[in-house]
Amino acid sequence: MEQKIRVLIAKPGLDGHDRGALVIAQALRDYGMEVIYTGLRQSAAQIAQAAIQEDVDVVGLSSLSGGHKALFPKVVEELSKRDAEDIPVIGGGVIPDEDVDFLEEKGVKKIFTSGTPTTEIAKFIDELIRGEKV
Amino acid sequence: MGNDFNQSKQNWQESLQKAQKRFPERKDPFVNKSDIEVDPLYYPENEAVYDEYMEKLGFPGQYPYTRGIQPGMYRSRFWTMRQYAGFGSAKETNERFKYLLEQGQTGLSVAFDLPTQIGYDSDDPMAEGEVGKVGVAIDSLEDMEILLKDIPLDQVSTSMTINAPASVLLCMYIAVAEKQDVPKEKITGTIQNDILKEYIARGTYIYPPKPSMRLITNIFDYCAKEVPKFNTISISGYHIREAGSTAVQEVAFTLANGMAYVKAAIESGLDVDEFAPRLAFFFNAHNHFFEEVAKFRAARRIWASIMKEKFGAKSEKSLRLRFHTQTGGSTLTAQQPDNNIVRVALQALSAVMGGTQSLHTNSRDEALALPTEESARIALRTQQVIAHESGVADTVDPLAGSYYVESMTDQLEEDIMSYIDKIEEIGGAVQAVEEGYMQREIHQAAYEAQKKIESNEEIIVGMNEFQIDEDVQADLLKVDEALEQNQVNQVQNIRKNRNQGEVDRVLNDLKQASRDESENLMPYILDAVKAYATVGEICHTLRDVFGEYTGA
Repeated sequence: MEQKIRVLIAKPGLDGHDRGALVIAQALRDYGMEVIYTGLRQSAAQIAQAAIQEDVDVVGLSSLSGGHKALFPKVVEELSKRDAEDIPVIGGGVIPDEDVDFLEEKGVKKIFTSGTPTTEIAKFIDELIRGEKV
Repeated sequence: MGNDFNQSKQNWQESLQKAQKRFPERKDPFVNKSDIEVDPLYYPENEAVYDEYMEKLGFPGQYPYTRGIQPGMYRSRFWTMRQYAGFGSAKETNERFKYLLEQGQTGLSVAFDLPTQIGYDSDDPMAEGEVGKVGVAIDSLEDMEILLKDIPLDQVSTSMTINAPASVLLCMYIAVAEKQDVPKEKITGTIQNDILKEYIARGTYIYPPKPSMRLITNIFDYCAKEVPKFNTISISGYHIREAGSTAVQEVAFTLANGMAYVKAAIESGLDVDEFAPRLAFFFNAHNHFFEEVAKFRAARRIWASIMKEKFGAKSEKSLRLRFHTQTGGSTLTAQQPDNNIVRVALQALSAVMGGTQSLHTNSRDEALALPTEESARIALRTQQVIAHESGVADTVDPLAGSYYVESMTDQLEEDIMSYIDKIEEIGGAVQAVEEGYMQREIHQAAYEAQKKIESNEEIIVGMNEFQIDEDVQADLLKVDEALEQNQVNQVQNIRKNRNQGEVDRVLNDLKQASRDESENLMPYILDAVKAYATVGEICHTLRDVFGEYTGA
């Protein structure tokens, strides 16, 4: 049997809006993935640490507080500091179009903004992980 | 039959006349475009329904307050138009406040940034990337002085969305008022101060539930004596709804939280009629127009009955559910954002038909960023069009007597009560929060709602139907990136220039007092803010004693 894709869903910074994170976590589970949710108020270092410990295939970040430009790239950095830059980071939340390019330049694989169907996110992760492993 | 009705009607007429003497009606007479006079109130003429009318509706300003908490509602004064605002530095926010007041806004509402809301100074490592983002950064009394500069605190009422550190920010507000020579007995406004919904839905908690409840009852007690015109709590369903709850859950969980605060205050020795008149509520308004109107009416009726029957409140002021409404942020779409103006107008209308005391209308661009000045102005104009052009405010509770609305009000009441009973069985709201009960119920509802949107069972115009290829987003508000560093420098300057010995002494006094549950912490916190101790220092002092909450 094929191994399940493992996903870490994380809330970096102080933002308490976790509706999106929780809904996506459940949708990915329903899609057949294993999902670990960090809970609120995680630092970039804590998220990177958790990703490695849990041996996840991908990290999904959620932010609605406007802190994404500082916080998302920091998670990418903390992963590479730990020689784990092979774990891709994706993100979502209240993120203006003009910040998307900036975040993708900083190494975030993909940003999903408000209104994206959860199935689209699941398919993207599926292709990202299975595609790389084939 | 009918005696009760006629007597109540007479009482209503008398109280209406009395109210009109204080606040004359906006027009004399009210007429519509066909020159037909509009009465203050319409009610049944058929004696056969008098008893049912009295039991379920009553006259406005009378128990059970289904039709509103005042006899004439908006005939004399509109609701308070209160736009939530705040971003970046205290100086920028002060400028936005003055702009909004010039544009006809009638009250202030302060948004604080997340570090302030969670009790971290701007130079705390935890604050990195978040300073000034979702609201204004306040570190010390100095920031608060700048925030409120040239705003007369004896004339403007101020609502502050602050919860875990509510006592700290309220003390800062008191201290600034004193510097303006406005005594604390005269200041008006609201602190949110509703920690239970933070654990449930909003996430800006600091301490565990028990010491948090103590801080709240300390505020009730202190304000009843010293700051009598301030609303000491705004028990909020808004964020519960935004987290994905249904309308029924929004009201049920909010009123259950309200009951927990009332219980805690009574247990701490307060008299119910001493603090209950200062309790305020905060609800959401979503798109389902009639359901929302019925929800507000049901909420008033239930709360009046709970306060009277369960808590034995005697004062009429304790029975009246006063509430602020904000339109539903989560109903806004990032796609075709101008459509949001229409959504907001519908939602705002439901709040007005539901008898709200104050209203915030969201801006069209809030699914993308904080609103620009132009978007914020359109949002305020939306309220002004409803108030001045639609005529809906010319008669009290205009939808009463509609078979649909009355039936929906009754059904919502029934469903809300069964949730409240369930929470009581668990052992009350504090226990239910600790067990994660409400959190699970809300999450389930949020997930179901998402599935309906993804299967197109629910149509969201411009998002899953009627899409277009969109150009790059229009101008959005950007928070100055240099702000964080400026704010960091400023708080470090404050620490250098104040009397450190005095700060150490007041913080130590606060620490000692926090260990003794019989002490009210408000006077200690007031001393601390006056000595320019920072929000972070005060909250860390209490963290050391109370510990931190880490989730259900």
